[in-house]
Amino acid sequence: MTTAVAPSPTDHEHDAHHEHPAWLAHHFDDAEQQFDAGKLGMWIFLVTEVLFFSGMFCAYALYRNRNPEVFEFCSTFLNEKLGAINTGVLLFSSLTMAWAVRASQLKQTKTLIGMLGATLGCAAIFLGVKAVEYSHKWGLGLFPGKYYVSQVEGAPHSTVPYLWYLCIPALILLVAFVLYYVYAFVSASKFHLRVAGPLVVAASCFFGGVKLGQVLEAEESHGDSHASAGADAHGHEHSDHAGHDHAKEVSAPSVNLLGEAEVVTHDVAVSPAETNTPESNVNQKGMAGLFFSIYYCMTGVHAFHILGGMAVITWLIVKSARFEFHSKYYGPVDNVGLYWHLVDFIWIYLFPLLYLIT
Amino acid sequence: MSVVTNPVTMPATHPEAGKEDNYLTHSSGFLSWALTLDHKRIGMMYLVGVMSAFALGGVLALMIRLHLWTPNLEANQAWLLNKTYNQVFTLHGAVMVFLFIIPSIPAALGNFLLPIMLGTKDVAFPRLNLGSFYLWIAGAIFFLFSLFATGLDTGWTFYTPYSIESQGPVIAATLGVFILGFSSIFTGLNFIVTINTMRPPGMTWFRMPLFLWAVYSTSIIQVLATPVLGITMLLLAAEKLLGIGIFDSRLNGDPIAFQHFFWFYSHPAVYIMILPAMGIISELMSVHSHKGIFGYRMIAYSSVAIALFGFLVWGHHMFTSGMADVTTIVFSALTFTVSIPSAIKVFNWIGTMYQGTVSLNTPMVYALAFIFLFTIGGLTGLFLGALSTDMHLHATYFVIAHFHYVMMGGTLIAFLGGLFHWWPKMTGKMFNDFGGILSASIIFVGFNLTFLPQFVLGTRGMPRRYASYKPEFQLLHQLSTIGALMLGVGLLVALLVLLHSLFYGSKAPKNPWGGATLEWECSSPPPHDNFSSAPTVGDPYDFSKIEFDPKTGSYFKKK
Repeated sequence: MTTAVAPSPTDHEHDAHHEHPAWLAHHFDDAEQQFDAGKLGMWIFLVTEVLFFSGMFCAYALYRNRNPEVFEFCSTFLNEKLGAINTGVLLFSSLTMAWAVRASQLKQTKTLIGMLGATLGCAAIFLGVKAVEYSHKWGLGLFPGKYYVSQVEGAPHSTVPYLWYLCIPALILLVAFVLYYVYAFVSASKFHLRVAGPLVVAASCFFGGVKLGQVLEAEESHGDSHASAGADAHGHEHSDHAGHDHAKEVSAPSVNLLGEAEVVTHDVAVSPAETNTPESNVNQKGMAGLFFSIYYCMTGVHAFHILGGMAVITWLIVKSARFEFHSKYYGPVDNVGLYWHLVDFIWIYLFPLLYLIT
Repeated sequence: MSVVTNPVTMPATHPEAGKEDNYLTHSSGFLSWALTLDHKRIGMMYLVGVMSAFALGGVLALMIRLHLWTPNLEANQAWLLNKTYNQVFTLHGAVMVFLFIIPSIPAALGNFLLPIMLGTKDVAFPRLNLGSFYLWIAGAIFFLFSLFATGLDTGWTFYTPYSIESQGPVIAATLGVFILGFSSIFTGLNFIVTINTMRPPGMTWFRMPLFLWAVYSTSIIQVLATPVLGITMLLLAAEKLLGIGIFDSRLNGDPIAFQHFFWFYSHPAVYIMILPAMGIISELMSVHSHKGIFGYRMIAYSSVAIALFGFLVWGHHMFTSGMADVTTIVFSALTFTVSIPSAIKVFNWIGTMYQGTVSLNTPMVYALAFIFLFTIGGLTGLFLGALSTDMHLHATYFVIAHFHYVMMGGTLIAFLGGLFHWWPKMTGKMFNDFGGILSASIIFVGFNLTFLPQFVLGTRGMPRRYASYKPEFQLLHQLSTIGALMLGVGLLVALLVLLHSLFYGSKAPKNPWGGATLEWECSSPPPHDNFSSAPTVGDPYDFSKIEFDPKTGSYFKKK
C-alpha cells in the first residue's frame, strides 16, 4: 500500500469551507455526505428500536407459548374495533408523513406544514382512542400483574375517573396552544401562526379521538346489562349481541372470594374442561394479570414512542415554518418519516398479536 | 463539573501553551467546555469522568479486600457488617462495569482519537456526542444516588427474584443503567456513521488503523446489544414499581428469562470492554516495535468476528441456572469458537514484535503486560466455557480471577497503555518515562499478587460474594489483599506521573513515538479543526519513511 490519494489542500477547498451554507454543518464536506450520515444514523437507531421492542416480543412469545389459553381469554377484553380504527389512523398518518417528505423536497412549505400537522393530528387521535381503552380497562380492574382484579359478574366498577386523568395533560396543552395561537394572531406573526395552527388542531384531535373511542366502546357494549355502570361505557366483554356462538362461551371460575359469584361468560374458544382445572385457571393475577403486563408494556412503550414522534414532528413544523427545507436539505423530514413508519410498523405487529387472537 | 475540567484546562493557563492555537486554547471558560461540540474536549471530559468513576470503584475494591483480611467468622466483629459488605461489592461491580470499563476506551480515547485517526474534523453528530456525555453524567447521578441511599445489595447483575424483593434502591440503579445504556448506544451509533460516511478520500477500509476497526466492531455490539439491556432494565423497574410479574415466579413469571435477557446484552458487553483494548494494543505493538503490524487483515477481521460471535455465547453464564442439555452443549461449543479470533490477535501481536526494534517505554511495557495478563485471562476462560469444569468452578473466586484478568489485566492495562501513548497528543506534554515504567511494573506485580491466589481459592471452593471464609483460606486472601494495596499504589504512581507531566512536563513534539497513523501528523495538542489541511492518507503501518529528527526530538515522515 502506498501513499496519497487525498487531494492536496488548495485555495478552492478553503473557499468551499467558507461557503458552507447555514444548513450544512461545518464538519461535512457537502450536502450529500450530511444526508447520508443522517440517514445511516437513523437506520441504525431504528435497528436499536427494533431490538428494544424485541425484548417484549420475546416475553410475549415465551408466555403465549406457555399459556395460550390465557392469551385467548384476555384478548376478548380488548376491543378490536378500537384497535382496527387505530391501525387505520396510523396507516393514514404514514401516508401524510410520506407526503410531507415529498413536499419538503419540492419546497411546498404550505403542503409540508399541512401534512406534518395531519400526522400530528392522527397521532393525537391514536392517543385519544388509547386513552379510552386504557381508562376503560382500569375501570374494570384489568391492571398488570399483581394489581389485576379477577373479573367477576356483579363486581363493583371503579368510580375513579381515569379518563379524566388521562385527558388533563392534553387539556393543558390545548389551552397552551390556543393561547399561543391568540398571541400569534395578536402579534400578527406569520411564523407563529404557521406553527400554532397545526398545534391547536392536533391537540383538539386528541379529544376527537377520545369521543371516537367512547362511541365505539359504547356501541360494543350495547344491550349489555352493565353498560350503564360507568360513564366510560364499561363492559364490552359482556357483549351479547347477535352472531355470538354461545356454545363457544366458557365459564371462567372465579378465584375471587366474592361468594358464589356467578362467573362471567367470555367469548373464548377454550374447552371448559381445560379452564375448570385450578392450574389453568386463567382469570387470576399470575395468568390474565401477566397478559395485561405484557399488553401494557408493549402498548405503553409504543405510546411513548408516539409521544416522542409527536415532539420531533412539532420540531419539524417549527423548522418548516422558517422555510428551512428545500431539495438539498430535507434530511430531518426524511429521517423523522423513517422513524414514524417504524412506530407504525410496530403497531401493525401489536394489533394482531394482542387484539386478534380469537 | 468545574472540578472535572480543571486538570485539562491547566495547559491553557500555562504561559508556554498560550502562544499557539490548539483545541485547549481555542476558547476558554466553563461554558466553552460544558457546551462544546468538539470531540476532543468531549473525549477529555469523558476521560476525567471515567477516571473519577474508576477511583470510586477502586476504593470500594480496596474495602472488599481489607474486609477479607480476616475470615470474619463472627459477623459482628468483622470490619464491615455483612449487609454493608454486600452493598460494597455490588457497587464496586456496578460502578466499574457501567461507569468505567464500558465507556472508558470508546468514549474517552475513542472520542478523542477516532476523527483524528480517520482524518475528519469531527464525528458525524457532534451534538449527539455531547448528549451522550450528559447521559453518562445523568446515569452517574443515579448511581451516586443509589450509593448514598445505601442498601443496593443485588450484585451488579440485578438477578431476579432477589432484585424484586431487595429493599435497596434497585429502581434508581436500573434506571441509571438504562440511561448509561443510551449514552453507550449513541456513542456507538455516532462512530459507525462517522466511519461509514466520513472517511476522507484515500481512507479505504483497509487503510484504517486497527484501533478504528476495533472501535467499529465495538460500536456494532453497542448498537445491537445495549437496547436489549435497556428493555430488560425497564421491565425490572416496572416489576418493582407495578409488580408486572414478567420476571416474578409468584406471578408465573420466569426469573431465568431475566438472566437470558441480561446476558444477551452483558456477554457482548464483555467484548465492548475488551475489543477497543485489543485495538489499542495493535497500535502500541506496531508503533513501539517500529515495524508494520503482522497480519493486518486478520486482526481487522478477527475484531469483527469477535463482535459477531459474542452474540451467540451468552448462555455460558447460565450453565448452572437450568437449561436443556443440548443448549448447554451448543453454548459451550460456541464459547470455544470465540477463543480463535482472540488467539489470532495474540499471535499477530507477538509476530509484530518479532525482528522489530522494540522501544521499551511506558506504553510498550503496558502493552507487554497486557499480552501476558490477557493470555492468562483468556485461557482460564476456557476452563469456564467447558461444561464439566464450570459445574465445579461456577460462582467461585476462579470466575472472579478470570474476569479480572480479562477486564482489569486486559482492558484497564490497555487503557493505561493507550493513555500514556496518546497523552502527549492529548495534552501536549511529555511524561516522565521512568515514572511510567515504574507504575506499570508495580501494577503488574500487584495485579498478579491480587488475582493469582484467587484462582487457587476458586479451585479450592471459595465462593464469590461471601463476607466470611474458612480460616484455611486466610493466607491466600491476605496475599490477595496485599496485592490489591500494591495495585492501588501502582495506579497512584501512574496518576502522579500524568499529573506531574501537566505541570512540569516538557512540550510534546508532533510525533514522539514514530507512529505512522494520522493523529501523529497534526500538532500536539491538535488544533480545533484537527487538520489545517486535508491529510495525506497512506498505509497506517508503513514505518519505512518514518525517521527521527534529533533536533526536535520528534519523528517525521520523509517525503
